[in-house]
Amino acid sequence: MKKLTVINAKSSQLSMASFRELWDAREMLMLWIWRDIKVRYAQSALGVAWSLFPMLSQVLIYTVVFGKLVRIDSDGAPYALFALTGVVPWLFFSQALNAVSSSVYGAGSFLQKIYFPRLILPIAALFDKFFDFLISFSLLMILLAFSSASFNINVLFLPFLILIMMIAVLGFGMLAAAVAVHFRDVLHIMGYVTMALMYASPVVYPVSLVPAEYRYFYGLNPMVGVIEGFRSALLATRPMPWDLVAISAAVAFCSLVLGVIYFKAAEAKFADVG
Amino acid sequence: MADQQVILQATGLSKRYRIGSRPKSELSGKARWLNFITQPVQRFKKIRRLSNFDDKVSEHDVIWALKDVSFDVRRGEMLGIMGANGAGKSTLLKILSRIITPTSGEFRYQGTMSSLLEVGTGFNGELTGRENVYLNGSILGMQRSKIDKIFDEIVDFSGVERFIDTPVKRYSSGMTVRLAFSVAAHLDPDILLLDEVLSVGDAEFSQKSMQKMESVVKNGRTVVLVSHSTSTVARLCDRALFIAGGSIAASGSVEQITGLYLGNTVHTRATKIWQTALAPCAEGLVRLLSVRIVNAEREPLEIVDIRQRFGVEICFEILQPGRTVLPEFQLVNAAGNVLFTSIENRTAWGHTPREPGLYTSTGWLEGNTVNEGRYSVNTSLSSLAPRNCYLTENEALYFQVIDPLEGNSARSDYGLVPPGCVSPRLHWT
Repeated sequence: MKKLTVINAKSSQLSMASFRELWDAREMLMLWIWRDIKVRYAQSALGVAWSLFPMLSQVLIYTVVFGKLVRIDSDGAPYALFALTGVVPWLFFSQALNAVSSSVYGAGSFLQKIYFPRLILPIAALFDKFFDFLISFSLLMILLAFSSASFNINVLFLPFLILIMMIAVLGFGMLAAAVAVHFRDVLHIMGYVTMALMYASPVVYPVSLVPAEYRYFYGLNPMVGVIEGFRSALLATRPMPWDLVAISAAVAFCSLVLGVIYFKAAEAKFADVG
Repeated sequence: MADQQVILQATGLSKRYRIGSRPKSELSGKARWLNFITQPVQRFKKIRRLSNFDDKVSEHDVIWALKDVSFDVRRGEMLGIMGANGAGKSTLLKILSRIITPTSGEFRYQGTMSSLLEVGTGFNGELTGRENVYLNGSILGMQRSKIDKIFDEIVDFSGVERFIDTPVKRYSSGMTVRLAFSVAAHLDPDILLLDEVLSVGDAEFSQKSMQKMESVVKNGRTVVLVSHSTSTVARLCDRALFIAGGSIAASGSVEQITGLYLGNTVHTRATKIWQTALAPCAEGLVRLLSVRIVNAEREPLEIVDIRQRFGVEICFEILQPGRTVLPEFQLVNAAGNVLFTSIENRTAWGHTPREPGLYTSTGWLEGNTVNEGRYSVNTSLSSLAPRNCYLTENEALYFQVIDPLEGNSARSDYGLVPPGCVSPRLHWT
């Protein structure tokens, strides 16, 4: 007897079956990510090297403006490296957040033509940008190796910090993506939100500039713990800020839970109103 | 053949949508400024209302695209779903495909189910044919290992072997469709849902895909097919549902339903004249201008007396010199059977290349040939040696043949429509 499947109004609700279904579609997910990356860099002479362009240009601008002109304190590290360790995770966060937010809306008529676990869309958008991150992260490591940086034991925590960052992107991105299907307003506003968030994250300045009494409130931005953690691991300017990292992890995890729940609740209506 | 086991069962499927409503009448003066402020709120409410329904009050802008649809499909059966545009058949197929969720009701099925609402879903021009086969296959639910196994078969069937490592954006549209269809044709689910995707590609490939579909059904696959084309349904399906206004209006044998479908949805229009810009045109070579049913005096006819001699007049334009072009047509009855195909047979045109210009050919049928009923005409422009079909226009027009029961027809005093595709008046001795 073959497997019996029952579909009704409640079938798209979150359950163990949702995750099993996602697991069964993993091959499609891999191909989908690969397609996004390949298509993005198809027929460009520089190819994937383009993924380094935003990073290098931003570091250059910040170094000139904030390092040379404004002379922001960089906790003793050379400002260019200080900015680089902030810009690399930040660019991933902002680009991936925008990509995940528009992933469902961007799928367009595809949603009307075939069924597949809709969770694939935000996840694919995340890993598409993660590929760029890996490239710029590699460049970051190479540059640091040449600049006699003080790698320390905290480097071992980098994968954990990266994971927090990815979880936060996915969580908040899925919330935004689900709302954006109904209200395009979300997509209009997303660019401004990430721009504002950049200044609410220690990308161009160190956390030590933030008054101590606001430290934990400030830390609710999950990128605060992540970027400070990166700097601690790669530049050893400060000890690992475990309190901020813990807050980031908690916020990221909560956003993922909320994101998955809300996304699955909204999913049934994607093809109706999208 | 179909055994008794129900493999797909739908129970009370319904789908509710909200249609757009006209905003309130024009505002003036102060109200307009107020409106500027309150509009975002109103829009917010309106967008929310799209997917939120109040069950307690009856809302005027709500439509049921599908209402209480129930049916069974048995293993190995091929079920056709027919109906006019907007009748709800696509909504039904989308629900079965899980693209949209039913508002109420449920369906259950055994084994695996795949749906094809278009061919080439997810195809990307930047990727090569090979890459697209894998991507499209995985989107349709095939395992990678399975695609590895049947890859050569897919490529063989599509006939694009030489270009399989070329980006698809350099393919002709015909090649893309053929490759996409080949992937789809090699899907192997227990139940297959199809939406009019059979009529893809050129005439030759369309024939090939039809044969593929027939072999699929013979292999005991269960298929649900949504189609406008009565001939496709008649050729492939065992049973059909006729959907009207979101509900099943009738279900039964294919002959009953296809007859009902033509009767219900197509008004006789026995003259088809294309505007130049919209005329079926084959790569700047030939263009179809009009197809008409005419009487002996070449006046257009809507309704043909069964005893009357009538002609199918095909008017076309040759745009480039040096080609032999022969018009041809098929006469198709309400059950979707092709009664015959007739090709322009004046020897002069068989081998003589035509000069650019307008041409008219008329194929004449003697009275008392075809039976009473509704007919459609498929028209093609082609050449015989080499056989090459420039263009085909299916169901270009419809007309009705009636028997006024005044004698001189085959049925003489027989009261009912005599069974049969043709109704010749034989010479009895």
